[in-house]
Amino acid sequence: MTTETIHQKFGPAEIGGIGHSVKRAEDDRLIQGAGNYVDDIVLPGMLHMTLLRSPVAHAKIVSIDASAALALDGVVAVLTGEALAGYNLAWMPTLSGDTQAVLATDKVRFQGQEVAAVIAENPYVANDALELIDVEYDALPPLMSPQDALADGAPLIRDDKDGQVDNACYEWEAGDKAATDRAFAQADHVVSLDTHYPRSHPAPLETCGCVADVNPATSHVTVHMTSQAPHAHRTLFAMVTGLPEQNIRIISPDIGGGFGNKVPIYPGYVVATAASLVIGRPVKWIESRTDNLISTGFARDYYMQGELALTSEGRILGLRVNMLSDNGAFYSDAQPTAFRAGLFHIVTGSYDYPAAHVVTKGAYTNKAPGGVAYRCSFRVTEASYLIERLVQTAAYELGIDPAEIRRRNFIQPDQFPYTSPTGFVYDSGDYPAALEMALEMVGYDEVRAEQAAARERGDATQVGIGIASFTEVVGAGKGSEYDIAGLRMFDSAELRVHPTGKAILKLGVRSQGQGHETTFAQIVANELGIPSTDIKVVEGDTDNTPYGLGTYASRSTPVGGAATAVIARKLRDKAAKIAAHLLEAAEDDLEFDAGRFTVRGTPDQSVTIQDVALAAYSNLPDGMEAGLEGVHYYDPPNMTYPFGSYVVVVDLDTETGQWTVRRMVAVDDCGVRINPMIVDGQLHGGLTEGYAMSAMQFITFDEDGNCIGSNFMDYLIPTAWETPRFELGATVTPSPHHPIGAKGVGESATVGSPAAYVNAVIDAVAHLGVRNIDMPVMPSRVWAALQSQAG
Amino acid sequence: MYPAAFDYAAAGTLHEALELLADGDDDTKVLAGGQSLIPLMKLRLAVPAKLIDINGVPGLAGISAPNGHLAIGALARHNDLGQSELIAAENGTMAAAARWIADPLVRNLGTVGGSLAHADPQGDWGSVMLACDAEVIATSRARGERTIAVTDLFVDFFTSALEPDELLIEVRVPRSKSAAGGTYLKLERKVGDYATVGVAVHLEMDGDRIGRAGVALTGVGSKNIKATDAERLLVGEPPGEELFAAAAELAAAAAEPRTDVRGTADFKRSVVRTYVRRGLADAAAQAKSK
Amino acid sequence: MEITVTVNGAEQQADVEPRVLLADFIRTRLGLTGTHIGCDTTSCGVCTVLLDGTPVKSCTMFAVQADGRTITTVEGLRTNGELSAMQKAFKAEHGLQCGFCTPAMMLVGTHLLENNPEPSEDDVRWAISGNLCRCTGYVNIVKAIQAAAGASAGASATANDISGSAAGASATADDMSVSAAESEGASA
Repeated sequence: MTTETIHQKFGPAEIGGIGHSVKRAEDDRLIQGAGNYVDDIVLPGMLHMTLLRSPVAHAKIVSIDASAALALDGVVAVLTGEALAGYNLAWMPTLSGDTQAVLATDKVRFQGQEVAAVIAENPYVANDALELIDVEYDALPPLMSPQDALADGAPLIRDDKDGQVDNACYEWEAGDKAATDRAFAQADHVVSLDTHYPRSHPAPLETCGCVADVNPATSHVTVHMTSQAPHAHRTLFAMVTGLPEQNIRIISPDIGGGFGNKVPIYPGYVVATAASLVIGRPVKWIESRTDNLISTGFARDYYMQGELALTSEGRILGLRVNMLSDNGAFYSDAQPTAFRAGLFHIVTGSYDYPAAHVVTKGAYTNKAPGGVAYRCSFRVTEASYLIERLVQTAAYELGIDPAEIRRRNFIQPDQFPYTSPTGFVYDSGDYPAALEMALEMVGYDEVRAEQAAARERGDATQVGIGIASFTEVVGAGKGSEYDIAGLRMFDSAELRVHPTGKAILKLGVRSQGQGHETTFAQIVANELGIPSTDIKVVEGDTDNTPYGLGTYASRSTPVGGAATAVIARKLRDKAAKIAAHLLEAAEDDLEFDAGRFTVRGTPDQSVTIQDVALAAYSNLPDGMEAGLEGVHYYDPPNMTYPFGSYVVVVDLDTETGQWTVRRMVAVDDCGVRINPMIVDGQLHGGLTEGYAMSAMQFITFDEDGNCIGSNFMDYLIPTAWETPRFELGATVTPSPHHPIGAKGVGESATVGSPAAYVNAVIDAVAHLGVRNIDMPVMPSRVWAALQSQAG
Repeated sequence: MYPAAFDYAAAGTLHEALELLADGDDDTKVLAGGQSLIPLMKLRLAVPAKLIDINGVPGLAGISAPNGHLAIGALARHNDLGQSELIAAENGTMAAAARWIADPLVRNLGTVGGSLAHADPQGDWGSVMLACDAEVIATSRARGERTIAVTDLFVDFFTSALEPDELLIEVRVPRSKSAAGGTYLKLERKVGDYATVGVAVHLEMDGDRIGRAGVALTGVGSKNIKATDAERLLVGEPPGEELFAAAAELAAAAAEPRTDVRGTADFKRSVVRTYVRRGLADAAAQAKSK
Repeated sequence: MEITVTVNGAEQQADVEPRVLLADFIRTRLGLTGTHIGCDTTSCGVCTVLLDGTPVKSCTMFAVQADGRTITTVEGLRTNGELSAMQKAFKAEHGLQCGFCTPAMMLVGTHLLENNPEPSEDDVRWAISGNLCRCTGYVNIVKAIQAAAGASAGASATANDISGSAAGASATADDMSVSAAESEGASA
């Protein structure tokens, strides 16, 4: 349910500016099945590539014999690591300063690792050929947890790295240890929680893939690829391959969902490009779902030990976190360079206290590489989960109502901008208002009363209420602090108004379903008064768009949207000068509203923006450059901080451990909402992914290193049947530093909701002594928790 | 994702199908709904050399009640059984089970015969038919028709008693002569998940006592399990909470669950116990209302 | 093997290997790329087409099985140059985001309404429980299918704006009075 009524609509509906729920421009082609996804692309002479993957988690490669595969009719080439090594492409740099094997040479280091590539006339033959490649492995003991990997005497996984003596991957800390130790020394209570945020995977419905097209005559490279960050990818391609950057073109066409899965550069892209270069024909690589789940960027896998220091009134004095992350075989997190654990240090959350100390360590294991993905805002999912679970635990241990303990600790509205103990400057917020709205929507007191009665009776079905009051940090980011592989995290917008008053907007970000073709047009419409339906939005083609860092971590609106507003305002300034010229008036005497410049006091003396647009090409003031266009690269002064309060009510069958969501109330504040309909859609999707993580979703491994969770029978995506119904509420607390006051919202619900769901389930059985159940909270785990309390 | 090559023949009649089967070998497989076979072929876990498509064979998809039994053609799709008014009126266990199989799209193509022939311990119909004391009719060119009790049909993990040249053509379920009730309970984490546990219950009354009892279990052994000890305890007794709890204990003891990602063996056994108890109560209530 | 398949009303003849999957035949041989492929275990449903009017997963059928039968893909929803009510409803109700599951959802929705002209929310959710979506959380897909049926009260207005709220049949809270907290420097 959208709360349209509270959102300010700027300007009339016909212009479709900010605040209007404009129907999406991108829908017209998608509802006709006329989208252009990578696998839809067919080029003359195109070949198909498929990758041979390691069946074992850790082994030396003794030999690879591809002769039988090569002999198969229809097979054009087989590439191995050895062949790529000849082009210096067997290894490539990662976005976290490590290296990653493109095709394995010495060893395989995770089950599913890329070992060889078959390029054939069609995918059926390519798959036939895979079975004919004979690889001899010499098995090594696999290390399947970071604890095992860091234990004394553990075999070395990254023996390819000079100077690597163990399986430690990185260390990083934030906050103030001394101040935190003092806070803990003063505490009346210390509450602790050990929890594992399991490995999961963004699993968009479209897998990753590319069509690599190297023109044999010119050696110009065009790669059509599933990319959330085409410009960054182009630069990295140039650096990795040595090919000249001006001759590389990355085209990211329609993408069937990203969620962070399509940010890294995967071996498949590199191999396909190398194959196209070597063979001289386009090469298509579309991974299977198993390829996708077993090898591409997983998410989470953080072991978190948190402690809260509290007074007896439940006031937080300090937070201490020790975190161990499972990074897989290569450290390939896509995150800002300065932060080894992403933005995990937002873990202090929505609460006001002076001291925190966060120590994070990463370990290599024999699993696929990754970690930063799945709508995590650079690890804010992990952080938010920990603090909200800790606060809930504190509520139980101190005997304070979970809503009340939050009220006592919230950063108050008059404290913004607020500097957190780990150095974030929260821009704006009203946490109490969001919580109160959520509690009222759910009827908190009534449900608590119902719960008390059910507990009294000892009913087989119990009720649980879970709260999560999260603060997000998005909009990376200020260039002096945030860069990816050295590329500062500005973003860009290039706007040109045509003589007939229409416009084209080109962006450095790249939607994967978030509706940029609509929402960014609305930003321009808002500033210039050109109807949003007259504005074409282009993204994804590096030859035709300004340089940007792409779309992930909810950064498009905060950074790209800001760039768009700024350039639109610059054009409006120029338009005002042209209008003054047309009206023979002074610029200061003009007013602008809904696309019309009017001489103040004389309403019949006006020109439209369309008049001005034509004049920009046909009737300019002396000395003025023709055209009405410009580009802006926006460097955000700060991050933005969306927030919210979610309340979940569950009914739990204590005999079987099954639980269902009776209510899911989500109050979100993402500042000014450009398109409320689209914002609600983002929230629905995120609340569903949060439900999935809390209820059923994880990738796990057996002790031999076999991946369990490499297909959709084991890695579960909820259907419409079990997905809860959602009730949305909203508050609007604009960002004071953002040109249109917007904050970004794409990941708020995945950040905030898992703790709400899990808190609800724990709450249903807390009276029986249960304090923690790690996700996914499957019926078996609830049952086991109840058994261990009963026994 | 892409299967290995195979030869293909589509049979237009039952006779043709049996000829093709008889001329085939161990690498010849029947293609009915394909919703179990084709996924295995795409992952190359099954590599048949030849497929015989029987979807064009007429007369194998009916659902009727000719003589004291329900006759369900092997090619009846799961959805056909789910929509059947005859089944809804006649057999609560079957009526309840259809909606638990896979998802709506798979139910449009998957067949009851294919499911039983596949002998997957995760197969829902297997437990339903065990609980209902059903039998199947199989036929071959060499030996003609024979009847196989479902209790003899499941030999082992994905292994049925069908000979390589035999085609399962009909499932026969006895009609209840007196008040009856039944249900199917399944713990799945989402629609389409394999069962953590599935329980089929079928009761027929004899006056105010239980005349026939069927209890069978899905997903807790190398094949579907008929909990005969539980059934024997129930027969001749008046329905009641204590009786059902005791039967549930025996059913739980008959289960052979394995610990996996869906839960420990103890957990699954506990769910068997709970579901059998609840299922019996539900079945008894249905029978009482008739 | 020679097959004849009627696809979106037009007869197509082709010679295919038995192992060619129907989904691949539709996408590659017929060039109808609106039918998508999303998994390898028959789990996701983005490959759904109507086979003689009934929704099936085209990745779990061989093209040779479609010999003599009719197939409707998303490209066949538009008739005489006019989008179907279902297609229009998906746009009106924001029933899609990335669009990858959308053709399948619309086909299943179309089939549902042919058999159940006024489905409840439960009916819709059950009917699409074989089709996954990652973006929308299903909320607006359900609204779209119900809107196409005309079952949704207060169906969306035309043109750009949703004036008022689309009530749908979801169990949602009524409009609550809410506070819009404004901080300094809110933009125009």
